[in-house]
Amino acid sequence: MAEGFLTPFGITGLAGMNMGMTTTIRAVAEAIAGKKASAREVAADFYKRIAARNSELNAFLTLCEERAYRQADRVDAMVAAGKPLPPLAGVPIAVKDVISTRGVRTTCSSKILSNYIPPYDATAVSRLEAAGAVVLGKTNCDEFAMGSSNENSAYGTVQNPAAPGCVPGGSSGGSAAVVAANLAVASLGTDTGGSIRQPASFCGIPAMMGSYGRVSRYGLIAFASSLDRIGPFARTVADVAMVLKTIAGRDPNDSTSTTAPVEDYNATLDKPVKGMRIGIPKEYFGAGMDAGVREKVTAGIDLLRKLGCDVRDIQLPHTDYAIATYYIIATAEASSNLARYDGVRFGPRVEGDSLISTYRKTRGAGFGAEVKRRIVLGTYVLSAGYYDAYYLKGQKVRALIARDFRNAFGQVDAVVAPVSPVPPFKLGERVNDPLQMYLADIYTVTASLAGLPGISVPCGRVGGKLPVGLQIIGPAFGEAKVLCLAHAFEQAGGASL
Amino acid sequence: MKISREDVLRVADLAYLDLSEAELETYRAQIDEILEYIGKLNELDTTKVEPMAQVLADDQSADATLREDLIVPCAVADEVLHHAPDPEPPYFRVPKVIER
Repeated sequence: MAEGFLTPFGITGLAGMNMGMTTTIRAVAEAIAGKKASAREVAADFYKRIAARNSELNAFLTLCEERAYRQADRVDAMVAAGKPLPPLAGVPIAVKDVISTRGVRTTCSSKILSNYIPPYDATAVSRLEAAGAVVLGKTNCDEFAMGSSNENSAYGTVQNPAAPGCVPGGSSGGSAAVVAANLAVASLGTDTGGSIRQPASFCGIPAMMGSYGRVSRYGLIAFASSLDRIGPFARTVADVAMVLKTIAGRDPNDSTSTTAPVEDYNATLDKPVKGMRIGIPKEYFGAGMDAGVREKVTAGIDLLRKLGCDVRDIQLPHTDYAIATYYIIATAEASSNLARYDGVRFGPRVEGDSLISTYRKTRGAGFGAEVKRRIVLGTYVLSAGYYDAYYLKGQKVRALIARDFRNAFGQVDAVVAPVSPVPPFKLGERVNDPLQMYLADIYTVTASLAGLPGISVPCGRVGGKLPVGLQIIGPAFGEAKVLCLAHAFEQAGGASL
Repeated sequence: MKISREDVLRVADLAYLDLSEAELETYRAQIDEILEYIGKLNELDTTKVEPMAQVLADDQSADATLREDLIVPCAVADEVLHHAPDPEPPYFRVPKVIER
């Protein structure tokens, strides 16, 4: 095969060279429908890109070529038979390794699941495949989705393709990195306290979490059941919208999934945003925000004004209590959800002389430090004598935080805020102070606690180098509005601010 | 100090976690700091606030309807046991549970 042959996706096959143009869902769909490339060729192209860059980025943990090519061949058979193609036919996707893929190793970036092969697919994965998408592999993340830098993975850190030497963010660092490096057209990540929005912000791409209950959690290996959500990363807001629409919707296997119908987000993307009321919460712009981030976010808000939005100040008075609330509730739920890892039914086992000591040794050896820390904290806040003071109190403050947003959405259509108080930081810079790391989640945990949808859309780079994201939060099941605003922002050049 | 070494040991017992001495002290100090921070929730008077136990409670489109009580085939046993650490189909074998 000739090296460096030109495909619709740019020049491939030469390691180290520009690995091709940014690829969108439409580019792939047009190439396949127009018979310019087969789905198999597209998959092979992406696997070549992955081979050239993954050892440097460490973004993929597992590749599933057999499954990918089987799916690609299915798509090609449809093309050959002249059948109408489903909306994501042949589109290469990556899936965060906390999401179950049948027959494909799923580790949650933990040693305790190093050899776990799920016997079923997550609903989000089956829906993507039913739409024709080609799952390329599983992406690296913080262990059990606990972290904000992908430095808590048992399988090594991930490089930020948009900011060399820096973290990609977390916990969905791998999912963000693969899209940012064009190693997949889109990816699935998860967000519990910011784990989709923050890595999207750090890697300079758009990504969204729908409202709690918008996407089924069936097959999502649980961290905090009242907070976890699955959501898409992609190169454009339109692509984020398309993937979200594909995976969203009621699932009888997840009783917390909503029966609210899924709107056609792409159909309303171009609705004019002039006159939309945007709330800027003053509590999010206090001290502690990096000056460079402040500059970019302020420029972003100015752009929304230029687009005709009615920008006004709002108050979310309980913002200051959100981190404390989040780290009580999330760790409490995690301590319960992670009780199942005991070496009995799955994963490696460290044998003790009794059942209990087997549990203790297996868990002590299999979990990383951050996971153990959170299990200890979570167990403590739920334990007798402390439950009322911590967990119950946390649930009450959560109600207050949710109420703050409900009040705000009585006056505005969307809330706009930074995603992270700091730009992408260097690998290793923040590993020794867990509380400091937790405090940086301040702008993202609030929407998580309130169950609301939120997107991060690129908003320039600090010093021309470090990506910054603008966060748009909507009312419950207001995904269409959020996407519409994000799309207008993107089309108006938000990324180049 | 909000949390002692004994507290961490007790909690580690509850959570079936073996921790080394070094881990014990490190986590104790870190969790102590975190609990100190979490104490700020006491600044809020929440006596009249209902705890938010469910996210979709107020949402009319949540559907807690139970499904019909119909038996649905679920033939996953072989696949599940195949990947278990110590299977003896149809069982998961574990160290002795009951002492005599």
